[in-house]
Amino acid sequence: MSMNAKGRPTKPETSNISPQFGSALLQEEGLLHEVGHCDKTGVDMEKLSGRTSRLGYLERSEATGMVGLSEPEALRHYVRLSGRNYAIDLGLYPLGSCTMKHNPRLNEKLARIPGFADIHPLQPTSTVQGALQLMEELSHWLLEITGMQTVALSPKAGAHGEMCGMLSIREAILAKGELEQRRRVLVPQSAHGTNPATAAACGFEIDEIPANAEGRVDWDVFCSRLGPDVAAIMLTNPNTCGLFEPDIRKIADLIHEHGGYFYCDGANLNAIMGKCRVNDLGVDAMHINLHKTFSTPHGGGGPGAGPTVLSSRLADFAPVPFVKTGKTGKLQLVEQLNDAPDSFGRMCAFHGQMGMFVRALAYMMSHGGDGLRQVSEDAVLNANYLLARIKDHLSPAFSGTCMHEALFDDEFLKGSGVTTLDFAKALIDEGYHPMTMYFPLVVHGALLIEPTETESLQSLDAFADTLCELANAAKSGDQERFTQAPVKAPLRRLDETKAARHPVLRFQENLQNT
Amino acid sequence: MRYLPLLDEDRAHMLKTIGVDSVDDLFTDIPKCARLENGLDKLPEHASEPCVEQHFSELAAKNINAGSVPFFCGAGAYRHHIPASVDHLIQRSEFLTAYTPYQPEIAQGTLQTLFEFQTQVAQITGMGIANASMYDGSTACAEAVLMAARITRRSKCILAPNLHPHYAQTTRTLTHTLGIGIEQAATAIGADTDVMQQIDDETACIVVQSPNVFGEVIDLRALADAAHAKGALLIAVNTEIVSLGLLKSPGEMGADIVAAEGQSIGNSLNFGGPYVGLLACRDDKKFIRQAPGRFAGQTLDAAGKRGFVLTLSTREQHIRREKATSNICTNSGLCTLAFTIHMALLGDVGFRHLAKLNHQKACDLADQLSAIDKVELLTPMFFNEFTLRLPKSAHEVVENLAKRGILAGVPASRLFGEGIMDDLLIVAATETNSDIQLSQFATALAEELS
Repeated sequence: MSMNAKGRPTKPETSNISPQFGSALLQEEGLLHEVGHCDKTGVDMEKLSGRTSRLGYLERSEATGMVGLSEPEALRHYVRLSGRNYAIDLGLYPLGSCTMKHNPRLNEKLARIPGFADIHPLQPTSTVQGALQLMEELSHWLLEITGMQTVALSPKAGAHGEMCGMLSIREAILAKGELEQRRRVLVPQSAHGTNPATAAACGFEIDEIPANAEGRVDWDVFCSRLGPDVAAIMLTNPNTCGLFEPDIRKIADLIHEHGGYFYCDGANLNAIMGKCRVNDLGVDAMHINLHKTFSTPHGGGGPGAGPTVLSSRLADFAPVPFVKTGKTGKLQLVEQLNDAPDSFGRMCAFHGQMGMFVRALAYMMSHGGDGLRQVSEDAVLNANYLLARIKDHLSPAFSGTCMHEALFDDEFLKGSGVTTLDFAKALIDEGYHPMTMYFPLVVHGALLIEPTETESLQSLDAFADTLCELANAAKSGDQERFTQAPVKAPLRRLDETKAARHPVLRFQENLQNT
Repeated sequence: MRYLPLLDEDRAHMLKTIGVDSVDDLFTDIPKCARLENGLDKLPEHASEPCVEQHFSELAAKNINAGSVPFFCGAGAYRHHIPASVDHLIQRSEFLTAYTPYQPEIAQGTLQTLFEFQTQVAQITGMGIANASMYDGSTACAEAVLMAARITRRSKCILAPNLHPHYAQTTRTLTHTLGIGIEQAATAIGADTDVMQQIDDETACIVVQSPNVFGEVIDLRALADAAHAKGALLIAVNTEIVSLGLLKSPGEMGADIVAAEGQSIGNSLNFGGPYVGLLACRDDKKFIRQAPGRFAGQTLDAAGKRGFVLTLSTREQHIRREKATSNICTNSGLCTLAFTIHMALLGDVGFRHLAKLNHQKACDLADQLSAIDKVELLTPMFFNEFTLRLPKSAHEVVENLAKRGILAGVPASRLFGEGIMDDLLIVAATETNSDIQLSQFATALAEELS
């Protein structure tokens, strides 16, 4: 080993050992309930006056059992835990159907302005005119982008928006006196699981439509399933195979002819902004995932926001509350069901995800109409470039170009002893979050890749190189590299069967390290 | 465009690699009649960061934020102090910009904090287990009703008369499609225990909020016994989770499912969202199997190290599709993190102190306000919120006091519509109210009514 003048080594010894926890940058960290203490607190408060409570026998007599941390300990605990998460800010996050794009920090700053973050949902409306104006502006942008008649802002996530759309459809059918008769909702096989779950929660029966060999709705099957008992079709467009449904206008017309409605799952709106408007496609209702298309942070699983645009056929049935302009020009909230006689009801306690509205509107204004169109063009361009770069090494599920995401099956792994899961886990060792796996259900061992528009050419090239190299390694018989993966993550593969068979859902003293 | 990394030369290179002439060649599946040739030309063009910031500052300036005035609104959303470290930690990229933890090997940060969250929620509610969150308290309430119906295989649900009306409406909207019959007597202070008379052999559950929408604290024990005697479940609703630092927990009083709003811990008012719904229940296989939403569970990795995964997902929509227990997918991830960190900072000691402080402030305020001539306190047993009968329209009083720079609470008519309880005012006080603010409110109300 070489030494410098002070006798210190200048070069590390080479080693094949991969990073392990326990080093300065990769700290082990116990559970809160192991590192905390029941007598500790990290919050100083005003002293208690000693007056007796009014609660008498309903007062708690026992401690909660929770532990606390001082502020330095809390910072250390959660910063250490944060180091065990992958994130967009660390690298490409190619989860198909999830649109994991860059989250602008300006939007975080704006959402924290006290004038938005520190206002109460039931303050007099005279004291929240700016908030109501913001909701109106957001609505304007969403309606311009989609061409639809109205938007219900209150749904709190995509699936909640689906519910809003399907309840509007149900109400419209009820108003026509056809609810007894229209029981069936057509759902393509490639749909997100939320679609059939939503239709079922609205009391409908689900009729699954298979995909054709090109990954689109099978036209003949679709036609054969139409009838006077059909309430609606729930269709994702572009669909979850990453393909635009070229027959969409015909599908819409036909479902309308048969007295049904067209619900469009808006999860993939990122592919078509400024290229077409869903109203022109014949859509009656569509939720918009502000946490996908309009970049509000996904936060490890929410909060999302699912404003739902409605066509003129459904607009009257929208849920309360909503904003309207009063006679004096002041903005008002319609909150009582009595004031909205056709409304199907209420989706949640208050007005929706204001914090997400601020972020989404800031995102839209930053991009402008021109930028939003560029977003969709670049998202589709990036996906197609990636597809072109890797299509000879992996096996694309369908021929031709794609929209904002590219679907592959596991044909390229055939005979290698490597599964889709193994392939995905091996990506972790290469420094990437895996793509969506085993979804959609229409192809075997699906791998769905969505790079989004916020990846650079260099980033796409590096990812493409990695995918090709991995595919070749799998084919050349380096099975262990895949079946053992990941070996460079904080943890090796986790035993999900054990977790489900013997559920441990909270900390318990006697169950440590089982 | 500052958020888009591609250069024109990159785009040209990429089109060439793909083998098409222009980007429009990638959009040819869009029917010609629907193509937008001119894009979104009715919308403004892209804007610089200062320009956007300016617009939002102007909008924000048109609102009166709670922290700038004496502030006493509650009724389902409460203003509490959030330690600075909470907001700092939840803005770490690794938490903020992560997806749902579907790849547990590289999502232990999120999964472990969810496990800690579930533990804390179970501990404060006194329940066996809790899930990884719902959208908010009202949707948690609706989901709890559906869960109770599945567990009992019954379809009648009785809502207590003083359940927050928005919770009642949300529950009705989200459950009636599945044949759940909702019964609810007219709202009336002191009438919640009357639901006992409505329980019969077809009742799946009774839903009782404590403290209720008027702030009244309810003894749930007799209600739990009455429900259980008929094979029905008690769903306890809580919209001010800080109250559980001072009150007997719903679990201790016999609740089977708890549906609550967790906003008070770690989350700002945000004009109503995002918030964090809490759903806790008995640690019973039958309950767990019918629960909505996600659970983080403990397990081991291939090398025998402890780790956490999303588990019991055979209940969920991505596996079970139309047979799922709920359609919920994305929930309130980052809000649960804020809750968990704030709660970890409080600990048991801080949480109980915070609750006592809230109760004390509210008691002081109630004493001062009810001493005003013709003002009557209608809810003697309350936590940090109570209801007053005023000698005139509460709506008018609130509007007038707002003009004087005091946000005096929520008129009952805002929640129930005008005409029934126009003279009732629901008032909340928290640790954020100084003693000076309490007297400012009392003085202003006395002047307003004189």
